[in-house]
Amino acid sequence: MDFFGPVLDGFVVVFEPMNLLYCLLGVLIGMLIGVLPGLGPVATIAILLPITYSIEPVAAIIMLAGIFYGAQYGGTITSVLLRLPGEASSVVTVLDGYEMAKKGRAGTALGISAVGSFIGGTVAILGLTFLAPVVASVALRFGPPEYAVLALLGILLVTTIGNGDVIKSVIAAGIGLLLASVGRDVFTSSERFTMGSLELADGLDFVPIAMGVFGLGEILYMMEQNYRAPRKAIAVGNAWPSRRDLRDASGAIGRGSVLGFVLGILPGGGATLASLVSYSAEKRRSKHPERFGHGAIEGVAGPETANNAAATSSFIPLLTLGIPANATMAIIFGALLLHGIVPGPALIADHPELFWGVINSMYIGNILLLILSIPLVGLFVKILRVRPTILAPITVLITLIGVYTVRNSTFDMALVLVFGVVGYLMRKFAFEPGPLVLAFVLGSLLETAMRQSLRLFHGDILGFATRPISGGLLALLVVVIVVVPLSKRWRARRTQRTADRVSEDSLRR
Amino acid sequence: MTDAATPLADITESDPVDEDDAPALAGRLSNWSAALVPGLIGLSAAVGSLVLGIGSPAEPGPGLWPLIISVVIIAGSVLLMLKGPRAHGAEKFTGSSRPVLLGVLTIIGFIVALPTVGFEIPTLLLCFAWLYFLGRERLRLSIITSLVTTVLFYALFIMVLRVPLPRLF
Repeated sequence: MDFFGPVLDGFVVVFEPMNLLYCLLGVLIGMLIGVLPGLGPVATIAILLPITYSIEPVAAIIMLAGIFYGAQYGGTITSVLLRLPGEASSVVTVLDGYEMAKKGRAGTALGISAVGSFIGGTVAILGLTFLAPVVASVALRFGPPEYAVLALLGILLVTTIGNGDVIKSVIAAGIGLLLASVGRDVFTSSERFTMGSLELADGLDFVPIAMGVFGLGEILYMMEQNYRAPRKAIAVGNAWPSRRDLRDASGAIGRGSVLGFVLGILPGGGATLASLVSYSAEKRRSKHPERFGHGAIEGVAGPETANNAAATSSFIPLLTLGIPANATMAIIFGALLLHGIVPGPALIADHPELFWGVINSMYIGNILLLILSIPLVGLFVKILRVRPTILAPITVLITLIGVYTVRNSTFDMALVLVFGVVGYLMRKFAFEPGPLVLAFVLGSLLETAMRQSLRLFHGDILGFATRPISGGLLALLVVVIVVVPLSKRWRARRTQRTADRVSEDSLRR
Repeated sequence: MTDAATPLADITESDPVDEDDAPALAGRLSNWSAALVPGLIGLSAAVGSLVLGIGSPAEPGPGLWPLIISVVIIAGSVLLMLKGPRAHGAEKFTGSSRPVLLGVLTIIGFIVALPTVGFEIPTLLLCFAWLYFLGRERLRLSIITSLVTTVLFYALFIMVLRVPLPRLF
């Protein structure tokens, strides 16, 4: 069969020992950083970019993907045992997960999360396997106007769905686009904003920007916050959920899988949004909603399934359209570019081993997660107690030395520092750093597509609206501008309520 | 596994931490500057774009695209100012911001020193400074951790990954 041939070849790629090793490594690192206080998956993947440079592309992306979904699960462990969500997508898990832990069912909560994550992930991979080629084949017919509108749509969605103030996010995205325009102009080869610097003539490199804004910026910002004293973790007890638990949670897991998959494809909040929606859906359709917040197993199973499914399906826009849906995908985009691979509709045809290798590695990664998560919980709890003050200098040094090794350039180290300070100040002044990096990644694609389109249309801007596909996307763009602020207002209120409950719970402790 | 008999026990004993986790919000001045600084960046980029030449819609010049973005940034900055300084949630710079400044200075030192004296000594010093002065860890722990880190980095980067890093030994 034509369709399944490359899929099966992908498994051959995955089962190469080195790739298996990198998959395992990625999942382990991911779980570890999900557990460790402070650095999130985005910062970690950014910091590890230089290391992936020295290994071959398939293995590199397999590892980065492993870190990404491994971290989703690692965050769960701290949510359940310590009421400390390791990252945003595990925030709602705290509500019922910690309550379960207090009732001596911590193991069950972690076990059901592992099972749910596995199922959600697997459903999403299956969806990815069938949907991605379809999207890619449609996208093959896209011309510059379609790409221009699509890139714009991607940036806009990320700025509007993200957590921060919309105006500030738009400004951040604008700065990212400006940074992308530094260097020699492709069309006219005049130098832009280089201030006569030879190093800037080729434009700014993605790696130091991502490492600075996400990596160093995060570390500097963390230094200033009060380092929290490690809390005492709750003992785990038996880990595997009973048959009854599985039956209680099965509906939530099923709904979470589908919900997560669909929401993950949309650019923006992905996993976080999916877990929030899943929680409220489970609560709404429950016959005993009052159980939620007091250790209802559906309240853990649903969101945990949904966030993993969403994390997986967010690969679809990246691998088929070349449009990263969130900050993590932007970094994986950068990693692919580092290896000279341009993600887009041609990826499936041009690099089937990479495409199917990475997708199929997720099956293995999810199985590894399921196997590793429970026995390693004890170890992770110990690691949790290492203080951020000790981790900070080590991560800074890895960042600096790492970026140096990419091009043996002291200039790049200085760039990391500059963008680290920028990232710190952005956090300080409540600007989201995500839109900046995402816009930077898409900047040159957007500008090139825009200018090619304008030439195509002989300067007539209306050309964007009259072509069917770009016109349709443009209509979608307008919808986003009108609808998203409204739904965001609604969601902000709801998140606020959820957050209030978490903090109320903390106070009551 | 949570009792204090683990090897990490002395690491987890920590200084008393302020219960007040939420950082104080910034005053009027820094909120204004949060709106003003992007505006200034936008303005200077706009001027730069005009100098580069914007061409015509059919034949876009090198400055057209940066100009469009600059206008968006300036508009955003104006909107921020109109919304007033309170709506933004910027955080105040306090005494606890000082370690950040010191941290940045040590990194500058690291970058300057690395090409001339190799990575070992700067690594050791930066690690120690962050642990002992910025992290207020105990002296013994700081010395041991920074020594171990340096040795591990040497093993990882020089011996295993064989990256061409300037080095002393």
